Amino acid sequence: MLIKKPSDISSSEVTPKETYLNRRRFMIGAAAAGAALAGGFYLRDHLDTTSTVQAGGIKLSGIVKSPLSTSETPTSFKDITNYNNYYEFSTDKYEPNGASKDFRTRPWTVSIEGMVKKPKKLDIDSIMKLAPLEERIYRHRCVEGWSMVIPWVGFPLSALIKQADPLPSAKFVAFQTILAPDQMPNQKRAVLDWPYVEGLRMDEAMHPLTILAVGLYDEALPNVDGAPLRLVVPWKYGFKGIKAIVKISFTDSMPPTTWNRMAPDEYGFYSNVNPQKDHPRWSQATERRIGEFRKRPTLMFNGYADQVASLYNGMDLQKNY
Amino acid sequence: MKAPPEKLIRTLKVLAFLVCLGPVFVLLWKGFVSRDGLGANPIDVITRSTGKWTLTFLLITLSVTPLRKLAGMPWLIRFRRMLGLYAFFYGTLHLMTYVWLDKFFDVHEMLHDILKRRFITAGMTGWILMLPLALTSTTGWIRRLGGKRWQKLHRLIYFSAAAGIIHFIWLVKADLRRPLTYGAVLAALLMYRLFAWIIGRTRRAALQQTVKA
Repeated sequence: MLIKKPSDISSSEVTPKETYLNRRRFMIGAAAAGAALAGGFYLRDHLDTTSTVQAGGIKLSGIVKSPLSTSETPTSFKDITNYNNYYEFSTDKYEPNGASKDFRTRPWTVSIEGMVKKPKKLDIDSIMKLAPLEERIYRHRCVEGWSMVIPWVGFPLSALIKQADPLPSAKFVAFQTILAPDQMPNQKRAVLDWPYVEGLRMDEAMHPLTILAVGLYDEALPNVDGAPLRLVVPWKYGFKGIKAIVKISFTDSMPPTTWNRMAPDEYGFYSNVNPQKDHPRWSQATERRIGEFRKRPTLMFNGYADQVASLYNGMDLQKNY
Repeated sequence: MKAPPEKLIRTLKVLAFLVCLGPVFVLLWKGFVSRDGLGANPIDVITRSTGKWTLTFLLITLSVTPLRKLAGMPWLIRFRRMLGLYAFFYGTLHLMTYVWLDKFFDVHEMLHDILKRRFITAGMTGWILMLPLALTSTTGWIRRLGGKRWQKLHRLIYFSAAAGIIHFIWLVKADLRRPLTYGAVLAALLMYRLFAWIIGRTRRAALQQTVKA
């Protein structure tokens, strides 16, 4: 007797041989495409060394060179202005340039207040004449693991602080970005706690490396990089460099900082570049310099240890990150 | 709806195959042909593009069943394997970008990353869960495992997609709109299956009641 066993798969479900072979071809093709893609980028990044400067902003005059500049090759203007974080405009690093095009930087006043003998409101054009403008070519290290070399134009923050004449009780400086939701689309949404705020200890603020930047590549600061006035602290992660500053106030207690409020276990008040202090999301041991293929080791205090390490003598930098 | 003729389905499959390769062509075009290239950080662009397309193809693959049932187009099943393999293809490119271009095959570093950084743990989990699905995607394997068991195994895709979305959520610093959009689509696709299962069970129970009575 013949017992017909039902097959557990109907013939209609069996893939025809042709399709089966197609799949094999697909997998080979896919692997080849993947290899070509990866190999291509390797070659491109090794062969492509052009870094043309394309700028069209207002030229700044009377800029003096600074011995504090690095001799490393600056990142191209195009890369500096087309790849950065500016959450007020977009959380995508490629978008702030376009989104900030129409941002108005005039008229602009900065309020100097808090524990100072002479609180005042300063116009941006008078701020730009506060001290001789210097070119400061600094390494810039983002907490996300990429870095650049940026030829800022600015002056030491200490020049402004000396003019403001803080009270001896002032121990910290707090900074605030403009709140302009009509111009900064993300300020209409709860992306971060607006306005963006940052802070420095007084000795950090007075350090000769700490500058207020008003320019880039000898030109007025592009909107995307924090025009008209931003902070640059080269031994700290980039987010400490608060942009579009409208308020600088002096206080006796550690001021709140935006990213620290957002995620205290990820971003501390100091946020000094420290390859030994791991970040929950990214290893801080290495960084990708924009324009380079291989990663390079990250240096303690972003390579400024000789100048700034003494500020933190006796402090546990694993705890005070 | 009447199934399209065999010849048309085959043509559609070839077309779908080429369309699905689109994201690779876009990257190649930007990288080698366009003047601006892939921007300041090409490796970041490749990572993000391949990651986005992995999740997208996972969700498209998971849409096939609801679509063929709800729209009455059972022949759509003929596209599912290709779509699933594309999810695996982009997932593998995404992983290779990390292994090669980010970690340069440093096994120690990668292990440290996988253990310590939860978003990497989630991403690795998502890829590993896709691996047995890609390996058993052939007709031979369906036959070897038997339809029922094969189907059970391939439900791993639900967990793979969920791991992928958790990977995305944990990786974002602020502004969860994008990962949550992907999450909402996955939730809808899984809800469909839950309801379909509940309805199916109720019907079966009712049928049994009828048989008994």
